[in-house]
Amino acid sequence: MATQHSRSAARLMMTPAVILLLGWMLVPLVMTLYFSFLDYRPLRGAFDCCVGFDNYVRFFTSSSFWPSVLTTLQMVGGVLAITVIGGIFLAMLLDQPIWGQGVVRILVIAPFFVMPTVSALVWKNMFMNPVNGLFAYLWKFFGLTPIDWLSELPLFSIIFIVSWQWLPFATLILLTAIQSLDGEQLEAAEMDGAGVVNRFVYIVLPHLARAITVVILIQTIFLLSIFAEVFVTTGGSFGTRTLTYLIYQRVIESQNIGLGSAGGIFAVILANIIAIFLMKIVGRNLDR
Amino acid sequence: MARAVSTRKRAIYTVIAWTIGLLIFFPILWIFLTSFKTEADAIADPPLFFFFDWTTENYGIVQERSNYLRFLYNSIIISVGSTILGLLIAVPAAWSMAFVPGKRTKDILLWMLSTKMLPAVGVLYPIVLIARSLNIYDTYVLLIGVLTLINLPIIVWMLYTYFKEIPVDILEAARMDGASLRNEILYVLTPMALPGIASTMLLNIILAWNEAFWTLTLTTVDAAPLTAFIASYSSPEGLFYAKLSAASTMAIAPILVMGWFSQKQLVRGLTFGAVK
Repeated sequence: MATQHSRSAARLMMTPAVILLLGWMLVPLVMTLYFSFLDYRPLRGAFDCCVGFDNYVRFFTSSSFWPSVLTTLQMVGGVLAITVIGGIFLAMLLDQPIWGQGVVRILVIAPFFVMPTVSALVWKNMFMNPVNGLFAYLWKFFGLTPIDWLSELPLFSIIFIVSWQWLPFATLILLTAIQSLDGEQLEAAEMDGAGVVNRFVYIVLPHLARAITVVILIQTIFLLSIFAEVFVTTGGSFGTRTLTYLIYQRVIESQNIGLGSAGGIFAVILANIIAIFLMKIVGRNLDR
Repeated sequence: MARAVSTRKRAIYTVIAWTIGLLIFFPILWIFLTSFKTEADAIADPPLFFFFDWTTENYGIVQERSNYLRFLYNSIIISVGSTILGLLIAVPAAWSMAFVPGKRTKDILLWMLSTKMLPAVGVLYPIVLIARSLNIYDTYVLLIGVLTLINLPIIVWMLYTYFKEIPVDILEAARMDGASLRNEILYVLTPMALPGIASTMLLNIILAWNEAFWTLTLTTVDAAPLTAFIASYSSPEGLFYAKLSAASTMAIAPILVMGWFSQKQLVRGLTFGAVK
């Protein structure tokens, strides 16, 4: 089917997509790289070329750098732990014979389609508000003092909100993977006397390994750039300033483009390290 | 797993699953209920569930105060526009990669995916700068352009995995039977490719609709979609739970319905075919 003619036609058909993505990737990235070596603060009219690695040094040694890295790690790690463990549990539950399985599935998946700004605002005001939030009522009902979630436990609260949004994603993917598990294999193991725990550890978990890896990698990429949830809940205060938010503040709020760009380059490198692992898994799949 | 299960076991699983499902869904239900309350009922102590005076006044107030329809219109234009533009670019590309693969096809596919991993914040300022110098800041052109580009890798990938499943043999059989190229495309390929294209479209409208980094940073008034409309409620004045709920319901309802229809494709689209 692949004649010389159709080959060149095929290449032609690919060209627009390739060129557009190449431009999208290279142009801004080169600009960011360039800015990161400048003293560029438009509000003060500063535009001095070539300050070397000053911006990088200042970004990495600033007092907010390490806290922001730590916050980012805690946030990503926390959400991953909750969604992966919760997702495995939910996927196994939904795989059982239950009445109205389709409906339950729809209920569980729903949060994924909720706009990030909506879920952040609704959780912040209608649930976590210390006076009128539902949690406050619940706490009072049990005779406890309501908690001001977003100022007392800010990081936990954001992790909670983001986990609510991403749990459906993990569940859905793990459920798809679990459904491809051979039931006879489990039955055989059961007949051979393998208990629930052994069946889970030696059959279910290995079968899910790939899906779990995919969930972790894809979520990590999205979670590293969490923005809206921080933007509308705490605005980066109370120790919830992630790396993404720190860079956003440097670039947009303090208009220190050079410094922010240096941070941006760091974020790009960080994301690429994770991306390499994801590519390997996806790439392996292409061969089959 | 077709195993015989006792009714009792089934009942237990059903109760657990439904309880958890309803808990997870509860915030959405709560938004929906609250949107029909008066502001006083919305913060009633104890909270009111179903027995309150249902009112639709909030919807009217929200429309009047922040012109919901304008933002809705922007959301539709931007999400549908970027999806269609993306499909126009991606269909030929995915088509050629699936049916006439070259030595580099796999590398190109992986590279495309890697552009998706670029953290937006790393390239934020250049994009703002380019937008301002071209005078397209806060316009449909900019938003549609950016959203097309960020979702293009996913569109190409999804289409590729769908096209890949169309057996080449059928095409050859059609050709042997004397079908012209036009007939081959029209009557053999298109019917087989349409479901894949449709679900790609659906998933991408959802992704574009909910995209909240670029839509918040690249718009102010004119092209601001629903994400920005909702964010404007983050600094409230007075009692606003019912209004916030009405606004939220209107922002998520269309996409929630679409999402439920596309749940199967979601897995495939978001894992780039790594999990099917």
